[in-house]
Amino acid sequence: MARILIVGATSAIAIASARLFAARGDDLVLAARNEERLGSLAADLRVRGAGAVDTVSFMAQPQQDYQGFAGRVWDQGLDCLLLAHGSLRSQDRCQDDVTASRREFEVNALSTICLLAAFAGRFAEQGAGNMVVISSVAGDRGRQSNYLYGSAKAAVSTYCQGLRNRMHSSGVRVITIKPGFVDTPMTAGFEKGLLWTQPEQIASGILRALERGSDVVYLPWFWRYIMLVIRLIPERWFKRLSL
Amino acid sequence: MRSWGGLPEHPQRSRSLNWRDELAECWDEPTLAVGAGRSYGDCGLAASGEVLCTTGMNRMLQFDQNSGVLRCEAGVSLGDILRHTVPAGWILPVLPGTQYVTVAGAIANDVHGKNHHGFGTFGRHVKSLLLQRSDRELIECSAGNRSEWFSASIAGLGLTGVILQAELQLKPVAGAWLQCDTVRFRELAEFFALSEESDQNYEYTVAWIDCLHARSRGIFSRAWHIEDARPAPLREPRFRVPFTPPLSPVNRFTLRAFNSLYYHRQRLRGHPDTIPLGDWFFPLDSIGSWNRLYGSRGFRQYQCVVPAPVVRDLLAIIRRSAQGSFLAVLKTFGDLQSPGLMSFPRPGVTLALDFPWRGSATLELFAQLDAVVGSNDGAIYPAKDAHMQGADFRRAYPAWETVERLRDPRLKSLLWQRVTEDS
Repeated sequence: MARILIVGATSAIAIASARLFAARGDDLVLAARNEERLGSLAADLRVRGAGAVDTVSFMAQPQQDYQGFAGRVWDQGLDCLLLAHGSLRSQDRCQDDVTASRREFEVNALSTICLLAAFAGRFAEQGAGNMVVISSVAGDRGRQSNYLYGSAKAAVSTYCQGLRNRMHSSGVRVITIKPGFVDTPMTAGFEKGLLWTQPEQIASGILRALERGSDVVYLPWFWRYIMLVIRLIPERWFKRLSL
Repeated sequence: MRSWGGLPEHPQRSRSLNWRDELAECWDEPTLAVGAGRSYGDCGLAASGEVLCTTGMNRMLQFDQNSGVLRCEAGVSLGDILRHTVPAGWILPVLPGTQYVTVAGAIANDVHGKNHHGFGTFGRHVKSLLLQRSDRELIECSAGNRSEWFSASIAGLGLTGVILQAELQLKPVAGAWLQCDTVRFRELAEFFALSEESDQNYEYTVAWIDCLHARSRGIFSRAWHIEDARPAPLREPRFRVPFTPPLSPVNRFTLRAFNSLYYHRQRLRGHPDTIPLGDWFFPLDSIGSWNRLYGSRGFRQYQCVVPAPVVRDLLAIIRRSAQGSFLAVLKTFGDLQSPGLMSFPRPGVTLALDFPWRGSATLELFAQLDAVVGSNDGAIYPAKDAHMQGADFRRAYPAWETVERLRDPRLKSLLWQRVTEDS
């Protein structure tokens, strides 16, 4: 039985993961913005077998007191931290809007980095545990259709790389999850094709990564190769593509 | 989104409802809240073409392991419930032929199962409902509280408001296994005799018939729960039909071959089998997306309930038409009354058949069947229907006017438009 904190707990991938944790009987701390939603999710996870389920309000915004938040939920320590919050607003609508760009970056990059900064010392001192961060394949290369979200995820992925390097000696694992296209409320407006995956598949990939102690995981696996090809295209050609 | 039978020609736009607070923003346009999309015809399609898909509202809110009362959100699937309650010793008292339907869908269609003779419909086991109306009113109703709303919402085709939550009374169960035996019958008279005898002694009964065969031979199956502590989790489909073949493999010749094979392969009486409950309740779930086998034109199901002797006439018409079906199911309904005003099951025998959609040929056959059903005071099942005439609907479901009065003005299905606005 592990004690797991999930930030962005009401997101689809988080819910699917939380249900797998619940089935194992884990204790869960759920953090998200909407407390009514958190309440019904917590009830559901209890029915599905979770041990203790606590909820705590969390907002990915500058006013959030990250240290205070970490202090409140740390309590007897955590076995696992799963950062699953995020926002995907339309690139078209945000790209020339300074305020919207800043808000998107705040939610997708800064808040994640602040959370990791607030918890890293605690995990290091504990000398064990997993810090799992949901980044995205979008962070592997900037594309005109998605570079605001992509650059935030790139920041997160690189931050995790460094953190993993730092934490290695203290026995704490940092796992970067890079999902491809996932059919969730966040992507409700997209046409779905063959490459799309359900959040439940991503969730089982996350649990597998935890068991194996992976470092960077593409979900599903084939995205590793798709992104490899995309990263290999020389910039002088890439800039002409409409991706 | 399309219905299970492949309707309509142009798929409907669907919007996901994952949390109840999102509903406030969904009332601008007329809509219809739908579940898993497993209804065959057009009762799960919106008159406006914009459906609200509730499968994301799939949280179980409270489960009392002592009383077996489960409170859950509308979009939880029955399979999801079973996975959690059966190991704890509780089962949904009524299960339809697939585990993939949602709780609200089961309530809105007041589904039945192979134990109708003992337990009635799904609606009989609903303790209370929480409805959200478009005027923002929240209605908590049960048999004893605002019962008018309760009885109009069970079998209410999702029209009286968006079902947000339900409270269900589960039934104790000793394990995840059933004992079942099968008996061949060579003609319809044998079916009636078997049914009468078995419904007194067996918890579950159902029959498959070879509707292409001159004497309507078939296989009668019956089952009962046994004590067996071995776990038997619900299986994922063993095979999934990956795409819709341009030409349907289901035709007169393959059907005849299938039916013959199926009839002869069945074991005879006296050799009861122990099977996991999923295999008994949901045999078709072992083939994922089986509806695709009917090709791009899709199929229609015809399910009606009629007095027993009339079944013979219906089968004769079907045989003459040479349009047949592999999935032909016969079941005798009991006389347990549902709280739902427009509930389909009523005393008599229900016959359900799938027909590959052949346009006017299929409709002509349905018209002949409708005439027989109508003149014998039978009823057609709205959950399966895409053709029924308004007059036939209003005769078989006289309480429709109450439902229409309580209907939320923002909710309307294509079926409701078809059967109530044609006069």
